[in-house]
Amino acid sequence: MIIDGQTALQAASRLALALLIVSAAISFIRLVRGPQAADRVVALDLISVLIVAFLAAYAVHSGDTSFLDVAIAYALVAFLGTVALSRFLLRSRGRQTPGGKR
Amino acid sequence: MSAFIAAALLLVGSLFCLVAAVGMLRLPDTLIRMHAATKAGTLGTGCILAAEAVAAGELGTTLRAAAVIVFLLLTAPVAAHLIGRAAYHRGIHLFDKTWIDELGESIENPKSDPDGRPAQRPDRS
Repeated sequence: MIIDGQTALQAASRLALALLIVSAAISFIRLVRGPQAADRVVALDLISVLIVAFLAAYAVHSGDTSFLDVAIAYALVAFLGTVALSRFLLRSRGRQTPGGKR
Repeated sequence: MSAFIAAALLLVGSLFCLVAAVGMLRLPDTLIRMHAATKAGTLGTGCILAAEAVAAGELGTTLRAAAVIVFLLLTAPVAAHLIGRAAYHRGIHLFDKTWIDELGESIENPKSDPDGRPAQRPDRS
């Protein structure tokens, strides 16, 4: 092999980190623009999943596997946050759209 | 050799995450955007976690990565279901070409047979 495996892994992890940051930035556009509150909640959910992916990719990049523990804890907290936000959406329904169907 | 497999998994996973974000920006409707966010995002994150498991090559790391993947696969449908239901009950604007609205139909008349005519979409301002 001409290309070393570790070199390829470093380059791929660098590219993956850059792509994940670009993805999070694109999701932020939807978070800012989203016309309704549900769009923003969906964008936040995607951003939290992207942060978990970023932690895993950074664990590959740095060779430090303890970032996976951070990913586990963050995935748990993000799920709880998403559930709480959707409960909040259900609780406060009708205030934004008076003609909304039950 | 395992480093090359991990590099390929990293690239595939990050490309899926990018597809999820682009779909988040481009798709027309909240529910359709949730389709991109949950499915492509979960697949991309799963690929990157598998890349970490392959790159480390030890049992503990593989088990932790598998735990995160299983946790994502368990929680993503639940979270998507909750968000979609809350958004629908709040009264989102559906896409113009959406012509099946089974939830609104069953909310309007709960006893209707599923083989009946597709009911009209409930009007929401």
